[in-house]
Amino acid sequence: MSEIEHRGPAAPAPLEWEYAPAPEARDIVAFRERYGLYIGGDVVDPRSGEWFTTSSPADESPLAEVAQASGEDVGLAVGAARAAYEDGWSSLRPAERAKYLFRIARILQERSRELAVAESLDGGKPIKESRDVDLPLAAAHFFYHAGWADKLEYAFPNRNPRPLGVAGQIIPWNFPLLMLAWKVAPALACGNTVVLKPAETTPLTALMFADVCHQAELPAGVVNIVTGDGSTGAELVRNEGLDKVAFTGSTDVGKAIQRELAGRGIPLTLELGGKAANIVFDDCALDQAVEGIVNGIYFNQGHVCCAGSRLLVQESIAEPLIAKLKRRLQTLRVGDPLDKNTDVGAINSRAQLEKIRELVASGEADGAEIYQPPCVLPERGYWFAPTVFTNVAQSSRIATEEIFGPVLSVLTFRTPDEAVEKANNTPYGLSAGVWTEKGSRILWMASRLRAGVVWANTFNRFDPASPFGGYKESGFGREGGRHGLEAYLRFDK
Amino acid sequence: MSRLPVRKTYKLYIGGAFPRSESGRTYEAEGQNVPRASRKDARDAVRAARGAIAKWSGATAYNRGQVLYRMAEMMETRASDLAAVCSGEAEVERSIDRVVWYAGWADKLAQVLGGANPVAGPYFNFTIPEPTGVVAIVAPPEPALEGLVSRLLPALVGGNTAVVAASRDHPLAAVELAEAVATSDMPGGVVNILTGDPAEIAPILAGHMDVNALDLTGADADSAAELERLAAENVKRVVRGSATGQSVWEIEPLVEAKTVWHPIGV
Repeated sequence: MSEIEHRGPAAPAPLEWEYAPAPEARDIVAFRERYGLYIGGDVVDPRSGEWFTTSSPADESPLAEVAQASGEDVGLAVGAARAAYEDGWSSLRPAERAKYLFRIARILQERSRELAVAESLDGGKPIKESRDVDLPLAAAHFFYHAGWADKLEYAFPNRNPRPLGVAGQIIPWNFPLLMLAWKVAPALACGNTVVLKPAETTPLTALMFADVCHQAELPAGVVNIVTGDGSTGAELVRNEGLDKVAFTGSTDVGKAIQRELAGRGIPLTLELGGKAANIVFDDCALDQAVEGIVNGIYFNQGHVCCAGSRLLVQESIAEPLIAKLKRRLQTLRVGDPLDKNTDVGAINSRAQLEKIRELVASGEADGAEIYQPPCVLPERGYWFAPTVFTNVAQSSRIATEEIFGPVLSVLTFRTPDEAVEKANNTPYGLSAGVWTEKGSRILWMASRLRAGVVWANTFNRFDPASPFGGYKESGFGREGGRHGLEAYLRFDK
Repeated sequence: MSRLPVRKTYKLYIGGAFPRSESGRTYEAEGQNVPRASRKDARDAVRAARGAIAKWSGATAYNRGQVLYRMAEMMETRASDLAAVCSGEAEVERSIDRVVWYAGWADKLAQVLGGANPVAGPYFNFTIPEPTGVVAIVAPPEPALEGLVSRLLPALVGGNTAVVAASRDHPLAAVELAEAVATSDMPGGVVNILTGDPAEIAPILAGHMDVNALDLTGADADSAAELERLAAENVKRVVRGSATGQSVWEIEPLVEAKTVWHPIGV
């Protein structure tokens, strides 16, 4: 802390030399020209006859054509899932079901380099994140849930767990394959069949997952994948043949789904938005905290529902901490997602980039002070420099709305009570961070923060054994751990 | 000349007090004039419930269990009054025993519903149940007392506070229960009971931004769909439980699982 105080905020960038490019091989992935829908174990053309192009947000180059599924297509997928459920999957011995999941986990590991490159190409995320986070975790989710398949009665004593039937699942574009794993693995482990709709801008790894299912010789129709935009998702939710709906995405869409399902008696789980407070006390390990803040908001370009987008700093260390943070920002490398040195990749889509720009403009208009490190952004593609706002009012849109981009808002507090007050002052309640070396304060804070996940002296950690989900308008239900299984089971009395 | 008995004026139960409806309205049910709660009463009840959360959820589990057990004690001493407003003694006994059963869960919930998570890394990671917040309950019309107790207790034992829309046709069980609650050391505002027409009150509670969960066990299928739609406004947890059941799994939908991570190191 003292060192930085002496240097002052105007310290020069510590790294003035350039990294040599370290690109991951692009040719490990060979996308097909066109991907049909995956229904009943077959890749089929959509009845709608409509296709759209998915492109790389890093350079706007087209990657493949993908089917735009209509209501009819969705109906066929739900029918295939129903047939598979009834002709064998629901009566399959749980231990055998487990073996399919183990097979899938192994294939994901074997093909992980290929899938990581595909994920970075289609979504714009840095290869080091898709390689070191998304893929290992996706495989881990299948491993974890495989083991539950034949042990469910131990998870819910006295309850006689039974599968629900056909699950309709809609996932977002920020962690395409990982979100697929979060949804598909527990559903299958509990004996359900699924119709999954990946996000419009990132459908490719889900379509490659269809191939993984095929390699695992998963019975036809157990996993069905329908691609398309929001209208396809709406058709899926409307479909009368579903026994379960699971959605991860924005709070607005989550509310619309909850309304749509009202009165239908279908179990619903929602993983929605967040506006997490990352709370830094003056006795924290400052350098670790700075790393945690950076990881909390710039990981995956801030396209993370639990991102630590509101930094609450104890007033006494605000100045040195912000100076350190700004200096650390200068070392972040923004650029080619396939470069192994890249820290911040491309913004997922033009629409998302525009939303980020709009909110950032509103922050400036509100009088908050903006800081962006000097960095050269590529000319093509969708890019946004890591951004920090200081002097942010609690009422400002940048402090209340989910930006879903690499934009951090800094607020200050004096006492622990004030930190709790400010942290909880949001309709969201997905996650929170606490940085202090004082154990009793960590536990005091952890019990007062209204959030489903609290990271103390760390941030953005995930594990299939650890339940994840929100309080308040961040949704209901949990994914992962014993708690996550419940969303895919009914219980006979 | 024989003595003229002193009759009881039936009232709402909000924030530990027994007010009349601010609207001044009553209706006749079970041979009595019963207050017909208004929108304002419902809002007052939600505010009282919100205000009571810190104290109730902040109490130790041991203490919460004691207060709930005390509620059973108070019900026992009022057993004959309670029997007069439900199907009779057997229902009262079942109801009291159920309160005792749930009271015993207060200090066991975290051990059964929470746990340590073996994550792949040097982290201490544990999950604990916490109250969802303010729970609005549409009370089951039948069994009048047992149904109410069966829905109220799972909410209370988890640390939530409750606003109950009592049954339109059988409100007296709710009023009598409120009087037992009021004398049981339960902090004011933890339990709030609104008599009147659930068709009028329940939608106000279902759409209220400061209600966190909606228990529709007592709602009929027609009104339930509309109430669920209203509940989406702030992503309320919607619960359909059993009007006569007794299980830790009745508690579980009314608690949130909070997971805390901390690195392990020296």
